[in-house]
Amino acid sequence: MRRVMCITVVAMMVMALMITGCSKKAEPVQPIKVGVAGPHSGDLASYGIPTVRAAELVVEEINAKGGVLGRPVELLIEDDVCKPEVATNTATKLVSDGAVVVVGHVCSGATKAALGIYNDAGIIVMSPSATNPDLTQSGDYPNFYRTIASDDLQAKLGVDFTVNTLGAKKVAVLHDKGDYGKGYAEFAKKYLEEMPGVEVTLFEGVTPGAVDYSAIVQKVGRSGAEAVVYGGYHPEASKIVTQMKKKKMDIFFVSDDGVKDVTFIKVAGEYSEGVYASGPMDVSDLPMYQKAVEAHKAKYGEEPGAFFKEGYAATIALLNAIEKAGSTESAAIEKVLRSEFVDTTVGNISFDAKGDAIGVGFSMYKVVNGEYVEQK
Amino acid sequence: MDYFFELFLGGLTRGSIYALIALGYTMVYGIIELINFAHGEIYMIGAFTALIAASLLTMAGFQGLAVLALAMVIAVIYAGAYGYTVEKVAYQPLRQASRLSPLISAIGMSIFLQNYVLLAQTSDFLPFPSLIPQFKFMKSIEHIFSSSELVIVTVTATTMILLTCLIKFTRMGKAMRATAQDRKMAMLAGININRVISTTFVIGSCLAAVGGVLIASHIGQINFYIGFIAGIKAFTAAVLGGIGSIPGAVLGGLVLGWTESFATGYISSDYEDVFAFLLLVIILIFRPEGLLGKSSTHKV
Repeated sequence: MRRVMCITVVAMMVMALMITGCSKKAEPVQPIKVGVAGPHSGDLASYGIPTVRAAELVVEEINAKGGVLGRPVELLIEDDVCKPEVATNTATKLVSDGAVVVVGHVCSGATKAALGIYNDAGIIVMSPSATNPDLTQSGDYPNFYRTIASDDLQAKLGVDFTVNTLGAKKVAVLHDKGDYGKGYAEFAKKYLEEMPGVEVTLFEGVTPGAVDYSAIVQKVGRSGAEAVVYGGYHPEASKIVTQMKKKKMDIFFVSDDGVKDVTFIKVAGEYSEGVYASGPMDVSDLPMYQKAVEAHKAKYGEEPGAFFKEGYAATIALLNAIEKAGSTESAAIEKVLRSEFVDTTVGNISFDAKGDAIGVGFSMYKVVNGEYVEQK
Repeated sequence: MDYFFELFLGGLTRGSIYALIALGYTMVYGIIELINFAHGEIYMIGAFTALIAASLLTMAGFQGLAVLALAMVIAVIYAGAYGYTVEKVAYQPLRQASRLSPLISAIGMSIFLQNYVLLAQTSDFLPFPSLIPQFKFMKSIEHIFSSSELVIVTVTATTMILLTCLIKFTRMGKAMRATAQDRKMAMLAGININRVISTTFVIGSCLAAVGGVLIASHIGQINFYIGFIAGIKAFTAAVLGGIGSIPGAVLGGLVLGWTESFATGYISSDYEDVFAFLLLVIILIFRPEGLLGKSSTHKV
């Protein structure tokens, strides 16, 4: 497995060199260098390789059309194996090799470690996959952008939907004590408490796999909640929903993309009707996404892996910003990123002042007649 | 007060579930002093059998209580056969071995059965039809105490009474008690102890299957892993009540169910398991033999 990875990486590097080689012969002008950093070997390579492939596909296409600002684009691909201590070396290498922007890094931890080095060199970094909320919200990383929604965005959407669309003022927040579910629930609680006139009546974890949840369901009923916001996965959610309905508790149930799964509907059956769950926006009908997937299949003979569309979108957004800014100066690029929308594989996006993508994210779905239907 | 009553009933249901499974643990332990870790898996297999049987019966045109009764009978027979086979394959050859060997064999059997169902069926959760019908006379209090909860509590109570009668008043029960007291002596008295032990396993497995069918139909979903957690909780209940004692298993199950229910209701569900196991620790400190267990002096 590792050997195959190595060969793939080497092959890709050779290909990247070939692209450079060709373009150097054709164009005497200096290429625009774009860094691509992420895990390209090791056990997390499957998260990093799709971004490399995406960047290559984008660059091939753009170079075929004459490049950016009349100059060819060259990729500098560096491996960080998702380790913070390696990522700083990766970043230093990319800076000294002359990268003007960087697509990456992939893991939140590695990204955090590398960002300072890029910031000192005035390089803009756009990650396809680092979802840690701190990266954009703390304000410590002004040069950071991402094409994936932050972890807390889902909780924000859930809370907004519960309070503003459904009109619930008393909300019980439950979770499954896991990293993902508890993280979601804690953000949800924070946002609920920030809203005027909204009360969090209950904040509790349930034990996954318990034989029944009637006690916690009764507790929710007694707390007078008008809605339950649940962070976790579908097996517990279906038990809780079923018992709530059986106890004749007719209150809203809003959850995350761990519940937005067909198995939930299959298991909870008729009781799943009317349940809300958020999930990533459906982009499968975007022509650009379809084209990118086709190109990937033609070149590699398989479906693209994790974060392919986000990596594709990041490369396009950065190159588009350089083209529109008319320079490789980071201040100029930044201005375009924040002011102009661009068509990408994750939709028509722009970026806010903190670096989070606008137009990317989650939609709320509702179970209607045994299917998740997007709520507009 | 209503809230207290609701929690009480919730705990009663949960406790009855634990008790049904705990009976199997306690019977086997009482006779051959083996903790049968594969017991939770028999419970899971019972539920799966009932699911398959119920689907077939519904397709064949059966309805309502008939499906429940027939699916239950099929599950009980099937699980009984499993219990018999597990005993013959995994425990009987180790009858003369040290006590640790059958224990390891039991853990192996548990892992084997789990993975067998995982491969033969699926790793996903499957929906389980609610086989227990909604009784008309329960309509007014259904939001507090549902029909399926009533059935679970009644079945557990009936089972415990029948089991006690079986052990107290039948020939087989007498043989069981004799084997439990002193295996060698029972053998000398002409009791076929292999048959007694097999019967014990079969009865325990049948009870687990009954529990599996009722619970699956109450909560509406199953997968290959449900036996593990239910098994651990039931084992705790058996120890709490005094392992080897039949009323003890039921009492232990109920106490555990109520503790969890009230801990969730009045304190926090985050600490549900903490309180359940804290209770176990306290009881074992003050009564090492469990609530209703008999303290026996051992030869040193």
